[in-house]
This record gives sequence, C-alpha cells and structure tokens, in this order.
Amino acid sequence: MSVSRAFQKARGEGRAALVGYLPAGFPDVAGGIDALTAMVDAGCDVIEVGLPYSDPVMDGPTIQAAAQQALDGGVRTTDVLRTVEAVAATSTPTVIMTYWNPVERYGVERFAADLAGAGGAGLITPDLTPDSGAEWVAAADAHDLDKIFLVAPSSTDARLAMTVAQCRGFVYATAVMGVTGARATTSDLAGPLVSRTRAAIADQGLDLPVGVGLGVSDGAQAAEVASYADGVIVGSAFVRTLLDAPSRAEGLKALSALTEDLAAGVRRGQ
Amino acid sequence: MTTWDADEIGFFGDFGGRFMPEALVAALDELTDAWREAMADPGFVAEFDAIQREYAGTPSRLYEATRLSEQVGVRVLLKREDLNHTGAHKIRNVLGQALLTRRMGKTRVIAETGAGQHGVASATAAAYFGLDCTVYMGSVDTRRQALNVARMQLLGAKVVPVDSGSATLKDAINEALRDWVASVDHTAYLFGTAAGPHPFPSMVRDFTRGIGDEARQQCLDQYGVLPDAVAACVGGGSNAIGLFTAFLDDDVAIYGFEPGGEGVDTPRHAATIHVGASGVLHGARTYILQDADGQTIESHSISAGLDYPGVGPQHAHLAATGRATYEPVTDAEAMDAMALLARTEGIIPAIESAHAVAGALRLADKLKADKGPDATILVNLSGRGDKDMGTAIEWFGLGDAEEDR
Repeated sequence: MSVSRAFQKARGEGRAALVGYLPAGFPDVAGGIDALTAMVDAGCDVIEVGLPYSDPVMDGPTIQAAAQQALDGGVRTTDVLRTVEAVAATSTPTVIMTYWNPVERYGVERFAADLAGAGGAGLITPDLTPDSGAEWVAAADAHDLDKIFLVAPSSTDARLAMTVAQCRGFVYATAVMGVTGARATTSDLAGPLVSRTRAAIADQGLDLPVGVGLGVSDGAQAAEVASYADGVIVGSAFVRTLLDAPSRAEGLKALSALTEDLAAGVRRGQ
Repeated sequence: MTTWDADEIGFFGDFGGRFMPEALVAALDELTDAWREAMADPGFVAEFDAIQREYAGTPSRLYEATRLSEQVGVRVLLKREDLNHTGAHKIRNVLGQALLTRRMGKTRVIAETGAGQHGVASATAAAYFGLDCTVYMGSVDTRRQALNVARMQLLGAKVVPVDSGSATLKDAINEALRDWVASVDHTAYLFGTAAGPHPFPSMVRDFTRGIGDEARQQCLDQYGVLPDAVAACVGGGSNAIGLFTAFLDDDVAIYGFEPGGEGVDTPRHAATIHVGASGVLHGARTYILQDADGQTIESHSISAGLDYPGVGPQHAHLAATGRATYEPVTDAEAMDAMALLARTEGIIPAIESAHAVAGALRLADKLKADKGPDATILVNLSGRGDKDMGTAIEWFGLGDAEEDR
C-alpha cells in the first residue's frame, strides 16, 4: 500500500502530510509499537520505522542514542518487520528507513518480499542512491513497493532528475546539509530545494509529493515547512520526547501531545 | 594503469562502488574529477614527487635483511617505509590528498584515525600546506594513544574524541562523515586508507603506489630480478595496495597478512577477508565483519592500525579472483616477529608491519622448499614501532615501569 494514498488525502484536505519516525525496538519492541501507534492515533499520516544500525552516518546524537538502545536490547531485523506489520495494521502507510547493509545481508529480494508481506509500503534509503541501487529498484518494482530516495541541497540538477525518476511514493528532501537532529530554526536551503525538486518532477511528467525532513521539532516549524512542501518529516523530536520522559506512560502522553501540535502545524501552513 | 583498475563507477569486480548519502555524492563527483585531472597533469605529479622526495624522504630504501635472511634461509628484503617522515607510509597518502585539497581551493581538512598514525600524518600535511585540520578519534583510542594525540595537537590540529558506538576507528569514520556532510563546501576529507566510497580506494592507491613502484625498480637494480613474493599487512590496506599495485601484472606471488588477533576461531580478530562476508560499510561493498543481521561486529587486533572491521575493496577483489592470497597472523605471531626483527636487524617495526614480517617468515619455509635459498621475498615495513612501545612493555614485560609503580 503506497504512501501516495496518505499524501493524496492530505492534499485533498488542503494541507501537508505529517510523517513521523521512530526506530524499531526503542525503548523495546513492544514499547516501540505502542509509541508508533500513539503517533498514528494522534495524527501522523505516514509512519517511518527506523531499522537500528551499528554505523548510522547520517544520524545525529539523538537518533544514534535511540538506535544504540534498541541494538543493546537485541533488536533484530525480524523485529523491525514485526513492528511494521503492527503499525501497518492500523491502515496507516508504513515504510522502513534503513541503511543499506542490513537489507543486503537479509537478501534484497527476500527483504522486499517480507516487507510487502508485513503490509509495509516501501523503503527510505539514506545511504543508497538510485545509481547504486539497481537491485533494490528491481525488487521494489517486483513487489509493488515505494522507493523513497533522498535529494539534498548539494544535488545537481542532473542528479535530481535521475533521482526523482526512480522514486515512488514521495521524494525525501533533506533540508539541511547535516545529520538528523532538531534545530531551532528551519533551513533556508529547504524551500529552494523543494522548488528545484518539483521542477525536476514536472519536467518528467511525474506526479510525486515532496517531503522535507531534518530539523523540524514543533508545530510552528511544521507550519512553516508545510507552506512549501507536501510532507513534513519529523524524527529526532519524537525520539527526544521519549528519551526525556520520566516514565513510559508519560512518554506516550508527551508523544501524543507533540504529534497533535505537529498535526495542527501541517494544517496551518498554507 | 593496470588491468586491475576499478571501472568508471568505482567497482573492482563485485566490490567497491559508492553507497553514500546523496548529500555527499556531488562532493565525491567533484573529488573524482579533480583527482583524475590532477593525475593527468604533469605539473601536479611533479610537485607531488618533489614534496615526497624533499619533505617525506622518499624513495625509501630497499634493505636486505642479511641476518634475518640467514636465519630463515631465503633472501628477505625490507621496504623501509618506517624511515619516512612521521614514521610510516601514510605520509605519502596525506601529502597527495592535501596537495589535491589545495588545488581544489578548500581550506579545511578532516580525518579519522585509529592508532593516531593517519591523524598525525594528516596534521603534518595540514601544517605543511597551511590548512585547518580536525581529527576524529575514538575515545578508547585517545586513551590508548595519548602520545599521538599530543603530537597532533602540537602540529596544530584539533582532536575530537568520539564516544559513540564502540568508540574506535569505525566510529571515528562515522563522525568524520557526519562532519563532512555539514562542511563539504569548504572541507576535504583526508581518508586514511584505501577503502570507503569511490574514488577513495583508487585515489589512495595512486598516492601510495610509489611504495611498490620504487621497490620493484630497486629490486631489479640491486638484484637483477623481481622478487618471488611480496608481502604486506592488511588492515584497511593502504600500504598493501601501495606495494601490490606495481606487481599485479608480474609473475610475483602477492601475500596480504590480516590481523588474526587472538585467533580466527575466537571472536577477537580483524581478519575480514579470511572470516568476513560481503557487505557494505563506509560507502563500499567489501568483506566486513558482521552479524546475521548485517550489524558491524567490533574487531580486535593488538595493532590499533589494523583494528578495523572492513578492508579496501580492491583487496576483496584480489582475494576473490585469487590474484593475491590473504592469511591471518595472530597477535602472538606478530609480537614474536617484532622481537625477532629488533634482535636480528636492530629494527623495531610497528606492530602492523610485524604482521607482515611474521607472515613472511611463515612464507619463507614454503619458498625455500619450492625455490631454494635464492628465493626472494620483499616485505613492506610500513611503519616504525616507537608508537607501540607501551604495548611492547606490557606484552614482553619490559622495563621497570610496572614494578616501580
């Protein structure tokens, strides 16, 4: 089930979609499912389940800490798929965000088959670009999965064109040159990147939403990003909320409150 | 140019390539273009040669270890990279990359380091070229190698300890990549070994291949023949690929010796080719130490410079094709070789290089049986052992330091 459905629904309501991220297995597998379900209930339109990895070069300290906690707790790739299955059962489109080696190790074709079997919508691949990802592109196409590749402020026009041509679901625009993590101000690189990405999409006669991630932490920032993007992607702020909570129950409560704030933000940002 | 070069997108057979965040791809493309143009520019090549000759002290000598040769029954030649400025082959790589950085108009360099040797070399090159330098080093390693931290600081570099993950070399690489994503417009990443995403494996090889080019010619000049075998230690593999490249199209056996740690049948080793499986780490497909889910497994070697859970992709390809043979050498074998070389030749090798010496000693028996006493084995003595004296004191129970405490 492609995430495009969620973006279409949001577009129909005249707003941006809210995409929420947490790594699987954080604080543990069951707790992670509870947290993601709370995010769905409070207004996330799309869920990204992170696959915790030992060498996360695109992640800042907050997500690193959560992923490390999940790995220390013994989370396995099969637990990530189990998490996807549980979240996808809520009918909210659910994708996995993963560094490449765990997929290659699991077997690309087998991973695609099991992800589809779990009801997952597709993959976001932060360290796999389409020009290095032929095997994944083929497996995703065979299993009707979304291929969400990243574009960056440093992407050349030629690379934007090459990347969006291979995307399905949405295009993930990284708003800043840097790693994941909440930032006090949104980036002035994001708007121009979204414009260039949309131009590349239009040039090829495609219809793909553009989501913006890296740095958004509250409703006001979400509203700002929603004014020019089709989706607002939030990760570190959710993780930080759980890390800072004194108990699990209070963590879930705070997570719901943050989700509601962000969901209101994506509805204001016109 | 050898028939063993990578293709246009950096693949050596099935290995190598570029598995990197999109944010860095434009910079890697820019670097690839700049490196290719520089290598085709006689002015760049001449300046690189001149700096190495006048500043780094190359060509390093090819020395016949006569007492060791008598003992093992074949001729053992040592390529004396330990006598280079900063004490190892690594100066070649950093001078090449820093010269390229200047040519590209960038003003800041970053580097990762394990034992500190690449960090010291990078800080040295940055000082030489007047570049701002930041070195990432695992906090476990900053404690193990405090002397090298001080050397880098004296050379004007900023040393940033890295606490994430296992707090060793692989995590220092992760942190350097995180810096680079945010600073790529004005910063060059001086990668410390012939691994990582394209073009690093090929570029680092180009900057270190002087080792083998020199040694091949020196061997012909001094003995009129090529060696029967060449040997080097392999962590990431920059000294090894630097030696091997000149011999790839010759009828010369090529041996790489990997850190076998406490034994490849234990979990404590870094023998990635011997034990590992194909995977993607730090931007390249190569042999890596990983668990059933593809999570990187922490490596171990008594030699911090070999303590890395991956290996350069060209080595993976040379192993897969059978052109080179890779065998593990344990911590104990390496330390024995360190002591043997010290006592027979008056040369204290780096523990990294002692792995190559240990492997060569093992190889000598076979060569002697096959080819007799005229057989020649050429060993890359990639670095000197001053930095390893703390480990040696502990291993051999040397000095009074411990009893006095």
